[in-house]
Amino acid sequence: MKTNILPAIKLTVFCMLFFMGIYPLLMLGIAQLAPNHGKGFMVEANGKKYYENIAQKFTDDKYFWSRPSAVGYNAAGSGGSNKGPSNPDYLKDVQGRIDTFMLSNPGINKSDIPSELVTASGSGEDPNLSVQGAMVQIPRIAKARNMEEKDLKLLVEKNIEKPLLGLFGTEKVNVLKLNIELNTLNK
Amino acid sequence: MNTEITGIIFIFLTTLVLSYPLGKYIAKIFSGDKTLLDPVFNPLEKIFFRLSGIDASKEMTWKQSLVALLVINAVWFLLSMFVLMCQGWLPLNPDGNPSMTADCAFNTTISFVSNTNLQHYSGESGTTYLSQLLLMLFQFISAGTGIAACAIVFNALRERTADKLGNFYNYFLKSCTRILLPLSIVVAVILIFRGSPMTFDGKDTTISMQGDTLNVSTGPAAAMIAIKQLGTNGGGYFGANSAVPFENPDYLTNIVENASIFLIPAALVFALGFYLRRKKLAWMIFGVMTVCSLILIAPTVYYEMKGNPAIEKMGISQPLGNMEGKEVRFGPAASALWEITTTNTSNGSVNSMHDSSMPISGMNAMLGMMINAIYGGVGVGFLNFFIFIIIAVFISGLMVGRTPEFLGKKIEAREVKIAMIIFLIHPLLIMTGTALASGLAAIDAPMGWWYAGNATGWLNNPGHHGFSEMLYEYTSSSANNGSGFEGLGDGNPFWNITCGIVMLLSRFLPIVGPVAIAGLLAQKKYIPESSGTLKTDTGTFGMMVFAIIAVLVGLSFFTALALGPLAEHFTLFAK
Repeated sequence: MKTNILPAIKLTVFCMLFFMGIYPLLMLGIAQLAPNHGKGFMVEANGKKYYENIAQKFTDDKYFWSRPSAVGYNAAGSGGSNKGPSNPDYLKDVQGRIDTFMLSNPGINKSDIPSELVTASGSGEDPNLSVQGAMVQIPRIAKARNMEEKDLKLLVEKNIEKPLLGLFGTEKVNVLKLNIELNTLNK
Repeated sequence: MNTEITGIIFIFLTTLVLSYPLGKYIAKIFSGDKTLLDPVFNPLEKIFFRLSGIDASKEMTWKQSLVALLVINAVWFLLSMFVLMCQGWLPLNPDGNPSMTADCAFNTTISFVSNTNLQHYSGESGTTYLSQLLLMLFQFISAGTGIAACAIVFNALRERTADKLGNFYNYFLKSCTRILLPLSIVVAVILIFRGSPMTFDGKDTTISMQGDTLNVSTGPAAAMIAIKQLGTNGGGYFGANSAVPFENPDYLTNIVENASIFLIPAALVFALGFYLRRKKLAWMIFGVMTVCSLILIAPTVYYEMKGNPAIEKMGISQPLGNMEGKEVRFGPAASALWEITTTNTSNGSVNSMHDSSMPISGMNAMLGMMINAIYGGVGVGFLNFFIFIIIAVFISGLMVGRTPEFLGKKIEAREVKIAMIIFLIHPLLIMTGTALASGLAAIDAPMGWWYAGNATGWLNNPGHHGFSEMLYEYTSSSANNGSGFEGLGDGNPFWNITCGIVMLLSRFLPIVGPVAIAGLLAQKKYIPESSGTLKTDTGTFGMMVFAIIAVLVGLSFFTALALGPLAEHFTLFAK
C-alpha cells in the first residue's frame, strides 16, 4: 500500500500537467486558427453580432418564430422540459401551444403544424426548424409585413439547409438567418 | 431512402469498420510493440516514470495491480473533493460561480472518478473553468483506469501459466497518452472548426434581434467534449449536454461524436482478438454485442420516428416524429441511435432528453445499462462481458457434462462464485435504490435534511413515468452511465449520497471481480485444446452467451420494467 501512495501522487501530477495543461492549451492554440477564434460562430446584421447556433426568442408577428424553449431561451442554463410523453400536464401545455398558434396564425390548417413548433427542444436553444415549420408561418408574416406569400416562400426555399452531402440527416432552416434576410428584404 | 435512416446506418457501420484497425493498434500498445507515436511519447514517459519512481517494466501480480489501481483512485478522490469544495476562491472562475456543497462534491467526485459522469449540477453555473478542467482530467484517467484493467485481463488470458500480469502504471499511462489523447485531439479539432467554443473568456452577453438580453455561456468546451465521448464518460460541458448547439453544432459533429461513443469499446473486442491471436473469439463476442445492439436500436428508432399518439390525437402532424426534447438538426432517428449507443456503452452523454422519449425507447436505454456489456464502457465493458462468458462456459459445461474450460483454463467453483456475485451486485444496487426511493415517494415521506419537501416533490412526471425516472437514475448510477431522466430533482443530499454510494460500489467491484477471476485463471495449468474441449469461439457458443444475457437480465429486471416503461407504453397506445 505505502509503496503505491507516492508514485500515485506523482503520476497524478504528471497527468494534471499533461491533460489539464498541455492538451487544453494545444486546443486553445488550434482554436485561434478557427473562425471567430473558437468563440462560437457569429452572424452579423446591421452592425450587430449574433450567435448563429443559439436560438433567439421571436414573438413578433413579422418574424419566423423559433421552437418553444423550456428554459426561456437562456443560453447560460440550457435544458429541456423533461416531460414524459404521457404526462397530462405536458399534453395540456402542448394543446395550449397549438391553440395559441392557431389564434396567431388564422387561416391555416391544424394538420399543417409540425410537432416541433409546439414541443420544447432538448437544449432550449434549438436554432432550427423543419422546412414545413417555416412554411406554415408564412401567411402570418406576409400579412404583418404586407408582402406576397410567394416571395416569402422563395426566401424559405433559398435558405433550406440540405442534409449532410444530401444523404445524411434532416432538412432544416436556421430561424435567425431567415429573419435577418427577412429584414433586409422588407424593413 | 429517408435521409434520417441513411444517416444512422452510416454512423453505425462506419464506427464498426473503424474499430477494427483501432483494435489492432490497441493490441500493439498492450503488447508493447512499436507504433507510430513512439518517438513522441517514449522519451516523455521514460522521464516521467523515473521522476515518479515507478519501474514500468516490473511486472505485477493481479493483487498488486489492483492495489495500485485503488490507491491512485483514492488520491484522485481527495484531489477532486478539495477542488470542487473550494472552486469558488480558486483561480479560473470568471463567472464567479460558488463552491460546491459537500454532498454535491461527493457525488460529482465519485461520479467522475468512477467514469460515470452523473451530473447533479449544471455545467454553466455549478462549476468553474478550473473544475471543468479537473473533471476533464478525470475523463482521461478514469477511462485509462478501465482500459488498464482490461489489459490486465487480456494478459491473464494468454496461453501460459503465470502470476505476473504486466505493469498497471504502464498500461494506465499508455492508454491515456497513446489511445485517448490522439483520438481526442482529432475529435476536438473537428468540433472547434464546426463551431464548438474553445476559449477561457467568461459568459458573453448579447442583445437579440427583438432586443432581449441573451446570456451565452462559453468556455473550453471542445477539448472536454472530445474526451467525454471517447472515454465513455459522458459528462457534458453544458447542462443539456450534447443537445446544446455549442456542444454538437451540426449533423457532421453528431456523426463524429456518436462514433466516438462506441468506437473504443468496440475496438477493444478486436484488440482482444489480435492480442490473444484468437480472432474467431473476438468475432463471436463482437457478433453477440452487435446483435444485442441492433435489437435495442431498431424499435427505438421506430417509435421515435412514429411520434407520440397522444399528440397525434390533437390533430397536428408529426412529420419528424416525437420532437419533445429533441433537436431539429439531428431528428428522432439520430437521437434514437445516440440514446441506445450512449446507454449501451456506459457513456451517458445525450443529444436528446431521454425523459421525453417514448416509453419503449426509455426501456431500451435502461436495458442497455442493465446489460452494461454491449460494447460497454472503455475497458470495463469487456470485463462485464467476461463475467457473462464465465457463467455461460459454466452452464454449457454442466449441460454437456464436461469440466468447464475457457481458453485452456479450468473454470472452477471459486471463479463462478465471483462471477455470480459480480453479476448480482448490479440488480441488487439498482433494485434496492429504486425500492427505497419509490417507497418514500409512495408514502410521500417528509425528507428533512435529505430533501427540501416531501418525497414526491423530486418527480417531474406522475404515474408510471415517475417510477421510471427513479429506476433510470439508479440504473444509470449502477451502470456507471451518467445519463438521466433529467426531470428528476436529483440535486439534493438524498440523491447525491445514495447515487454516490451506488456508483462507488458498482465501479470498483466489477473491476476487482473480473481481474481476480482472470488472475486466478492465469495461475492455473494450461491445458491444450483437445477434441473434448467446449469451443467458445463458435456461433453456437455465441447464442449460448446471448441466451445467458437475455435470461439473467430478464429475470432480474422484468418486474421493474413492467411497472415503469411497459405500463406507460400500453397506457399510451391503448385506443
